[in-house]
Amino acid sequence: MKCAGWKCSFSLVPVLGTILLAVVPLSAQQTPAASATPSATAATPEIPKAVNEKLAQLDKDVKAAQSSADNAWMLVSAALVLMMTGPGLALFYGGLVRRKNTLAIMMQSFALMALITVMWALVGYSLCFGGDGQFIGSFEHAFLRGVGADPNPDYAGTIPQMTFMVYQLMFAIITPALITGATAERMKFSGTVLFLTLWFLVVYAPLAHMVWGKGGLLNASLGGKFPTLDFAGGTVVHISSGVSALVCALYLGKRSGYPKQPMPPHSLVLSFIGACLLWVGWFGFNAGSALAASSLATSAFVATHFAAAAAALGWSAAEWFKNGRASALGAISGAVAGLVAITPAAGFVGPMPALAIGLIAGVVCYWMVTKVKAIFGYDDALDAFGVHGAGGTIGALLTGVFAQQVINPIFGAGKAVGGLDGHWGQVGNQLVGVSIAWVFALVGTLVLLKIVDLLTGVRVPEEYEIEGLDITQHGEEAYNLES
Amino acid sequence: MMKLEAIIQPSRFESVKDALREIGIEGMTVTEVRGHGRQKGHTEVYRGREYTVDLLPKIKLEMVLPDALVNRVVDTILKTAKTGKIGDGKIFLSRVEEAIRIRNEERGENAL
Repeated sequence: MKCAGWKCSFSLVPVLGTILLAVVPLSAQQTPAASATPSATAATPEIPKAVNEKLAQLDKDVKAAQSSADNAWMLVSAALVLMMTGPGLALFYGGLVRRKNTLAIMMQSFALMALITVMWALVGYSLCFGGDGQFIGSFEHAFLRGVGADPNPDYAGTIPQMTFMVYQLMFAIITPALITGATAERMKFSGTVLFLTLWFLVVYAPLAHMVWGKGGLLNASLGGKFPTLDFAGGTVVHISSGVSALVCALYLGKRSGYPKQPMPPHSLVLSFIGACLLWVGWFGFNAGSALAASSLATSAFVATHFAAAAAALGWSAAEWFKNGRASALGAISGAVAGLVAITPAAGFVGPMPALAIGLIAGVVCYWMVTKVKAIFGYDDALDAFGVHGAGGTIGALLTGVFAQQVINPIFGAGKAVGGLDGHWGQVGNQLVGVSIAWVFALVGTLVLLKIVDLLTGVRVPEEYEIEGLDITQHGEEAYNLES
Repeated sequence: MMKLEAIIQPSRFESVKDALREIGIEGMTVTEVRGHGRQKGHTEVYRGREYTVDLLPKIKLEMVLPDALVNRVVDTILKTAKTGKIGDGKIFLSRVEEAIRIRNEERGENAL
């Protein structure tokens, strides 16, 4: 019975979609057709010229209006994504560490806001979106050469390339910032800064190009060999940072005293505010990835919100079942896990699959963070791997299952996209994309950590760790209660 | 003169303070402290990791009293601070040799 119900709801979606698709072009065509008919019948040599000029002007005006609307949404989205790093992630992580490391973890996010921005202007944007190589971009847009008011039709044909550039920059900022959740409370500031800058160049830029760049190996719409669906960064952002986080946690080793000594979060209030800001910012991250103020943006917005809600419930229910209580930290962690998992799927799935993806991610990430971490004993301090690595992997694979052409006909009109459309081979493509992202992040991170370890060192001495990174790395304290 | 130190439940503090003011006690020093006697702590769970919190928040009242008032004050605290459960705290009494008011150097019970 259940099965029949599922099938029923999924077969309804394409039907509704077809009706919509049939109605929308008809109504859109009616206006120009009506205005064109009289001009064709009353054909004198002068009038068609005037009409043509008028039509050309109207066409230009319509394009300008669309460009303004899209540009407005994309600039707001860019700002929303920056808000995810500072204050969102900074507060979320800041509350989870012990009091003595609050400023250090916040400063790591903030330093990346400055550092990656400069790197992006010099070479980063070009390495991600220049040229049409399989593995990495080119130096075509180094120093932002050729990036101005004109759109780049390969990526976003209605907004200035400058807007596209600054929007993508915000993704490049938050991705390395996510890794600091695994290195928290013990990694040197100098080592962190050097490692994450190199990581951005060596791991993020190639992966972003492979998945989103023209001609990239995994690109789904611009000629990739293994078309991997990744709407807003399941592989590029979450798998890359999450898997790298695990490597960092293993390489750095456990925090002094872990797991015997209690290390409870110093302020869940900060984490709570941070998580809520992340939720809101994620609308810019996912709905903005439509790169236009389109109905696809609405669809991604709705999927994002629904997945977050379902995941918060999933994590809380698992916790309630296990401990007899639902905690605030559990609910907000669940929401973040759901947002991570829906990221690759946001522009490909409807609201019902979004609920399913969220629920699955909430429960699985709870299990990763509470059970798997304890079994293997790695010290992923703030669960960057458990939430982003695991959630990103689940989301990327489920995207292959739930993606539907009625939502986003990325392979051409009428062509099946995901498993539920009848194209189960997409799950295989997703698996290839996920595997490449995993291996790339794993190897890249390990090599870079070795190099940085030789240059600046990666871990603070134990006495610094005990005193806290705020004082030993930055010479200040988060809370000066005497002043 | 006697010094009275009472460690009580934070939830009873307002009632104790009001009752003491009613019997005319105006001076006291109050500290937020943490500790435990026979009362066991509680456990907290953060992302599956359990922490046992055994030092619990308490309020410590300190006051120095003229001998005549000691019994009344002790009775009042006993009456108002009691919940009947483990963790209600304790009262300690000790003799005080001298008291001096800094402002005018008065001594003994006059300084209280």
